Amino acid sequence: MTHYQSYETVIGLEVHVELHTASKIFCGCSTSFGAPPNTHTCPICLGHPGVLPVLNRQAVDYAMKAAMALNCTIADVSKFDRKNYFYPDSPKAYQISQFDQPIGENGWIDIEVDGKTKRIGITRLHLEEDAGKLTHVEGGYASLVDFNRVGTPLVEIVSEPDLRTPEEAKAYLEKLRAIMQYCDVSDVKMEEGSLRCDANISLRPWGQEKFGIRAELKNMNSFRGVQRGLEYEQLRQADILDAGGTVVQETRRWDDSQGKTFSMRGKEESHDYRYFPDPDLVRLHIDSEWKERVRASIPELPDARQARYTAEYGLPAYDAGVITASKKLADFFEESLSYTKDAKAVSNWIMGDLLGYLNQTGKEIEAVRITGQGLGEMIGLLEKGTISGKIAKTVFKEMLESGKRPQQIVEEQGLVQISDEGAIKAIVEKIVAANPQSVEDYRAGKEKAIGFLVGQVMKESRGKANPGLVNKLLVDVLNA
Amino acid sequence: MALFDQRLQDLHNELAAGKLSAAELTEAAYARIAETDERIGAFLTLNEEAARVRAAELDQAGAAKGLLHALPAGIKDNIVTKGLRTTCASQFLSNYDPIYDATVSGKLQDAGAVTIGKLNMDEFAMGGSNENSSFRPVRNPWNTDYVPGGSSGGSAAAVAAGQVYFALGSDTGGSIRQPASYCGVVGLKPTYGLVSRFGLVAFASSLDAIGPITKNVEDAAYVLQTIAGHDRMDSTSADVSIPDYVGSLSGDIKGMRIGVPKEYMGEGIDPKVKEAVLAALRVLEDLGATWEEVSLPHTEYAVATYYLLASSEASSNLARFDGVRYGVRADDPDNLIDLYRKSRSQGFGQEVKRRIMLGTYALSSGYYDAYYLKAQKVRTLIKRDFDQAFEKYDLLVGPTAPTTAFRIGEQIGDPLTMYLNDIVTIPVSLAGVPAISVPCGFADGLPVGLQLIGKPFDESTVLRAAHAYEQHTDHHKARPQL
Amino acid sequence: MSIDAKTVEHVANLARLELSGEEKEQFASQLSAILKYAEKLDELDTEGIEPTSHVLPVTNVMREDVVRESVSNETALRNAPDDEDGQFKVPAVLE
Repeated sequence: MTHYQSYETVIGLEVHVELHTASKIFCGCSTSFGAPPNTHTCPICLGHPGVLPVLNRQAVDYAMKAAMALNCTIADVSKFDRKNYFYPDSPKAYQISQFDQPIGENGWIDIEVDGKTKRIGITRLHLEEDAGKLTHVEGGYASLVDFNRVGTPLVEIVSEPDLRTPEEAKAYLEKLRAIMQYCDVSDVKMEEGSLRCDANISLRPWGQEKFGIRAELKNMNSFRGVQRGLEYEQLRQADILDAGGTVVQETRRWDDSQGKTFSMRGKEESHDYRYFPDPDLVRLHIDSEWKERVRASIPELPDARQARYTAEYGLPAYDAGVITASKKLADFFEESLSYTKDAKAVSNWIMGDLLGYLNQTGKEIEAVRITGQGLGEMIGLLEKGTISGKIAKTVFKEMLESGKRPQQIVEEQGLVQISDEGAIKAIVEKIVAANPQSVEDYRAGKEKAIGFLVGQVMKESRGKANPGLVNKLLVDVLNA
Repeated sequence: MALFDQRLQDLHNELAAGKLSAAELTEAAYARIAETDERIGAFLTLNEEAARVRAAELDQAGAAKGLLHALPAGIKDNIVTKGLRTTCASQFLSNYDPIYDATVSGKLQDAGAVTIGKLNMDEFAMGGSNENSSFRPVRNPWNTDYVPGGSSGGSAAAVAAGQVYFALGSDTGGSIRQPASYCGVVGLKPTYGLVSRFGLVAFASSLDAIGPITKNVEDAAYVLQTIAGHDRMDSTSADVSIPDYVGSLSGDIKGMRIGVPKEYMGEGIDPKVKEAVLAALRVLEDLGATWEEVSLPHTEYAVATYYLLASSEASSNLARFDGVRYGVRADDPDNLIDLYRKSRSQGFGQEVKRRIMLGTYALSSGYYDAYYLKAQKVRTLIKRDFDQAFEKYDLLVGPTAPTTAFRIGEQIGDPLTMYLNDIVTIPVSLAGVPAISVPCGFADGLPVGLQLIGKPFDESTVLRAAHAYEQHTDHHKARPQL
Repeated sequence: MSIDAKTVEHVANLARLELSGEEKEQFASQLSAILKYAEKLDELDTEGIEPTSHVLPVTNVMREDVVRESVSNETALRNAPDDEDGQFKVPAVLE
């Protein structure tokens, strides 16, 4: 039995985020996902002899926007460098990246774990081009290369080794994703590879200043995978250290199905990328006007929204945190508030019924058809007494699936609450007449008997009678 | 007078008058190639079928299409031509069928030129003798035992031999000017960034320039007029307005101030070359220009600087030739790394490998600052020499090469000596300024070239001076006996 | 700076070149000679001198984010030494 708690874990993450420009970073090919292999390519992204790159302005704007949102200092002068290495997914045998003058440096974001806020440093954010995609065939004897993805603009975001637990790593990654979503620079979908994460992890005895020997983890393809991979690695390294061994500095691959990390085959030589400034591209001079133009395009970010939701709407910090963790959810919340003033009710519906449904079905918010307007209007119907809380549950479920407006659902299914005193009184009188025993019990002081009678009235009205009125009229009739 | 010796304007008049056709010009080119190219070896690929179709189309269309209407052109084989094999004289690309056109290829098309074929060169433009072609060497039309220079040796030899009306070459450290000098023709290296590099197979991206090789200065002005200009496909293309180069050939150079770099006339320069240059300076003086000696003190560092920078860039530029997407893949590789190693080792010649090795070493971990960065800093000093000289002079003049052409095989075993042949062209490339080589006489039966160097983007002055000189001499009219 | 055979081998590996024993020896001596010649640059004090990677004072060259037509799959693969299912084929990538 090992005790990784006897060590302090140190984690740093390298996150790649694909920027959702329409065209590639250095040529005009489309970046859209899912096209047949090698149909979004041209001589430039295929690295044919003689071609030259021309930088996509939008990619630079997005990278600056992302860097600003991560509180980075934006470079006044930035440049692109060639990272030289041979690999079949890299058509020029070098990747155009940024070495010593990245777009952004020295940033930070705040994460929250166990109710505590922690600031995580961001070393740098740089812009580079994505590689192609390799598929292994013939039982592993051959590989096929599709270059559709090559040249998609990426930002690489490198954190300081400030993370101390796998939970913190996950929280950092989630916060990063939220910020990228808010900035609208990326789809940030781990399943589609538009958000990718590598991790450096090491252990050291508590109190030791020097970092332990680290392993680099790759192939963690989900948020859960990141956390699980790091948890596994924490235990593995603790085992080695407990046994008096030394961790090997290496790259390890997370295997999600086996729940283990495996050493990747050792490289024949240490990497020597021979970075040098790409002579095919010119420097970027980023003046204050440009910076301000990009800065002005940054919307309210998750932390600010969370603070506003607690201050303005009185939401609990936890609820505000959950809602603002996803831009879509937060936008949904705010859209609802255009149709109802009751923020608390909106939040409750989101935290309960909506997230419950999403968890249960494994769907993303964009996959369900309910709109913020729908929820807001439904809460309005509740407030006006048009529908009961019970009917609202039915209406909500219907909205999730059909996306219809609540008014329409109510009308189509005849779910309008009956608030007409005469109509309810008729039912009440009918029920009272049909249940003399219960009436007697009530009059004999067994007040609970009224509950049964209410239930019978509701049943007779098929749930549509206004419960308040039913109660009031029952008491009136019984006491008459 | 041979057809291709006529002035461009005269040919165009004859074409317009219906006395001459594009088809005749095209046939004349292929006839001359058939007659001479076995001895010269200028062409790697002929475009016969397509050129004939094109000439017929031009004749059909009637009116002149552009500045270079119906003129037979040869294109150096490192300039990509869609559907026309482009090899860079390398075995690696011996089967490469380009899927796009270089910007200059398109511009020649638009100007009405007829592409006759692709011209031999040193493999990937690395070399100064054309002995590094992996297909066959090019021979100097003035004496076929001698090299034509390089790397645009095929371009210079083809023009000198009258196989085409004009040719395009590329110049990284002298590769247009030096072969023009050796072959007795005119070669212009424009300012870096004036002509788009899009579609020029990169050797050293920060130095490469495409330019014309022609029989006379006027033709060079016409071709430059056609190919110069900003290109959105090339980030290093200069967004400058293009002057009327042909119009600038006024013949008037009165008051022009010329500096003669003493480092270009000193040690290592053949006395007969020096004599020819001095004679040329006297002609320029007679035309009203003044000249005096000037110093470009960092000249002696240029060759070392150049070989570090150019080889470093080349090592990265040539990495894409890996046998995955195009080119010749080695048979039966054991695995992926073996595929890379075998394909590249079998596909590249010795000089290419040597420069890739040098460049890879210079960029490798621990040496970057000592070699690459140091060379970039020295490049700054070399450029400053030129900036300072141009504060005082309109033009710098000297020889294009220290010697005339040498014998085939004479220097092949000694790369460093070979590199030193470029001692007076390399500094100009490092500074990125324009320069032209024009014939200025003969030494031992071989042509000597005069180099005229101008301020950045001041091709007009370079052309005007070269043209004025040419009009008062007959060197450019001499033709080799083939 | 003198280059030995081992360094030549390392550099050849980085450059993905396979050299014969003879080539290794030849390159070792030729590269040594060239680098020795390049030591000339050490005569110059370049302290505080900006490196030149571009002679042109051009900055901020960019294109707008507009999609242009790609080439067909057939064109993309036209020069491929080996292909399968519309993709470029290579021996397995070892991990």
